[in-house]
Amino acid sequence: MFEILEKEHFSENVVKLVVSAPRIARSRRPGHFVIVIDNAYGERIPLTIADADIDRGTITLVVQAVGDSTRAICGMNPGDAFHDVVGPLGRATAIRSGGTVVCCGGGVGVAPLLPIIKAMKTAGCRVISVLAARTKELIILEKEVREYSDEVIIMTDDGSYGRKGLVTDGVESVITREQVDEVVTIGPAVMMKFVSLLTAKYGVPTVASLNTIMVDGTGMCGACRVTVGGKMKFVCIDGPEFDAHQVDFDEMIMRLKS
Amino acid sequence: MSKIELSPRNAEWREALRNELSARERTSIPRVHMPELPAEYRVTTLTGEVNQGLSREMAVLEATRCLDCPDPQCVTGCPVGINIPGFIKNIQRGETDEALRVLRQTSALPAVCGRVCPQEKQCESKCIYHKMKKEPVAIGYLERFAADNGVISSEEQPVKNGKRVAVVGSGPAGLSFAGDMASRGFDVTVFEALHEIGGVLKYGIPEFRLPNSVVESEIDALRKLGVHFEKDTVIGKTLTQSDIEKMKFDGIFVASGAGLPRFMGIPGENLINVVSSNEYLTRINLMHAGTPGYATPVFRGKKVAIIGGGNTAMDSCRTARRMGAESVMVVYRRSELEMPARLEEVKHAKEEGVKFLTLHNPIEYLGDEAGRVRAMRLQRMELGEPDASGRRSPIAVEGAIEEIEVDMVIVSVGVSPNPLIPNNFDGLDVTSRGTIAADSDTLQSSISHLYAGGDIVRGGATVILAMGDGRRAAQAMAEQLCKK
Repeated sequence: MFEILEKEHFSENVVKLVVSAPRIARSRRPGHFVIVIDNAYGERIPLTIADADIDRGTITLVVQAVGDSTRAICGMNPGDAFHDVVGPLGRATAIRSGGTVVCCGGGVGVAPLLPIIKAMKTAGCRVISVLAARTKELIILEKEVREYSDEVIIMTDDGSYGRKGLVTDGVESVITREQVDEVVTIGPAVMMKFVSLLTAKYGVPTVASLNTIMVDGTGMCGACRVTVGGKMKFVCIDGPEFDAHQVDFDEMIMRLKS
Repeated sequence: MSKIELSPRNAEWREALRNELSARERTSIPRVHMPELPAEYRVTTLTGEVNQGLSREMAVLEATRCLDCPDPQCVTGCPVGINIPGFIKNIQRGETDEALRVLRQTSALPAVCGRVCPQEKQCESKCIYHKMKKEPVAIGYLERFAADNGVISSEEQPVKNGKRVAVVGSGPAGLSFAGDMASRGFDVTVFEALHEIGGVLKYGIPEFRLPNSVVESEIDALRKLGVHFEKDTVIGKTLTQSDIEKMKFDGIFVASGAGLPRFMGIPGENLINVVSSNEYLTRINLMHAGTPGYATPVFRGKKVAIIGGGNTAMDSCRTARRMGAESVMVVYRRSELEMPARLEEVKHAKEEGVKFLTLHNPIEYLGDEAGRVRAMRLQRMELGEPDASGRRSPIAVEGAIEEIEVDMVIVSVGVSPNPLIPNNFDGLDVTSRGTIAADSDTLQSSISHLYAGGDIVRGGATVILAMGDGRRAAQAMAEQLCKK
């Protein structure tokens, strides 16, 4: 169960894992996530699903080594198996059937964005993807994103690839030039906060997929609580996607530091 | 299921036992004291069970106190109507295995209920000893004694009836339903969302009150009966309603529990180190945070406040002491008299150095520059008229507000039903409170082959009521499915 079938290094600290999980592969939709436990002593780690293959019975996860557990997961190899994988969790993305959508992802946030890009494109949207990272080698999944996007804008902080600048510069260049019906943003909380501030200024509806601390992922612990529109919401069951303009990002960023 | 009454009151041996001693002699025996680990040792161990259990001599003597009343009121106080004198008198005559058999007839989880039932509000509250101004027979201790020491060996494998049922959730309601249906010959599959079987018995109730080995042995017994368990499976998500329908189960029992922790909606509640008791207990009980070798982190507060007065609050405050907190304080808005926790838990908490600040209610938490909680503001309360719950309602004393320094707050003010099933099953009627609407006798829902019980129907109750629901649902569903 939950055996790793393939592994690919995107960069030093980011790996792609293809994991056997037939039931999850069948029932997952864009926007869903899973909780994984690497071994019997491990913790429950939420990871968004980047892709799935129903025929092979696999899901694809993109993991960035940030703490002990994610570092251990990035060190796993084909033939190793997760102790547990549970999901798909959360609510699926509301896919538009038309119009222009800007999908902007930062760092490993591009991984969960990919199924949304695919679904939006397949449903008939014009999709403009903005991928951002600190430097060239941290831009991931560009080829796959291009396949389902009408246009791809690459932004790097250091200008080593694409345009030099922040993700917000890329998004702004699109919404100042054409009518955009929706922006979807996934990435570090700070990035999503600034994308949200930008699109609020232009009045473009925006969805952000939040990645908070979680324990069970099924509504039980409340560790993932965020304030949305002045109300307490649980990312695991009410989200992970919310109207970005209603999210209290400052509180969320503060809570992520615990 | 055998309908034969085990241990009838008119059995010869019971009559002989009744004639052995006079009521005066029986009632002059003082109530047994449960042997306990010393409090100073307890606070150093997360796993050492506080109550050590009665010795055989203690149990027999305590069983002797029971007057074997002709119209035993204790039975009416039990939510599942256990034949209490029937099992107690078997303990007295030394037939512990038979005592367990009597218990098993009505209770699927006697080792659990003997430990966690609020006996002082149920069976023991009706004991005739109260009329004599004496302490009631220690029914809970005796139940635990029989469950821990009795052995039922020759359990025949039930004859399969060819029908398949699914259970959603492996807490007390799900486990009792699974056991009853398996005994009736059904092929039973239990789906559990977490990576461990046992539900609240594992993630919620700490080991010092209910050892995991006790829960494991109940689960092993079910496995021997042929019950299948599938963990990491969220019904409504991993398997959708249509997946479940395609699996052609003849019946489904939903016992998914009261998942969501409630918060109070006061300022500062999202500060760092303000957590729900569910989060705190799940990290420590289910994920073993704080035990060397396990990866899950948990913050170890030094000055910890627990908000609420129920059993979960008691579990949390006692766990906090064991996690090294120097000061632990229970903040409860009514007086100790209204506290819903089991008396024994309050007693144990006090012995372990937990302070009780009753008639106080938090109105705000204050944070430091990093967003960590550093203090709480408490409103002093007084008691007014009884409210809908029958308890005197707390009223704020105007202007009486104090500030207390804390570095961790554990919010334990109740739970709401888990919306995963209600949100993901078409045709399922749900109440305004978010619970599944089920017939109060049969526990059948608006979907005819789907039954529901435990906290997903009750919204937040006890292990014994959940277990009782499992039993009643099993009875009703078996009748429905075998009629066809």
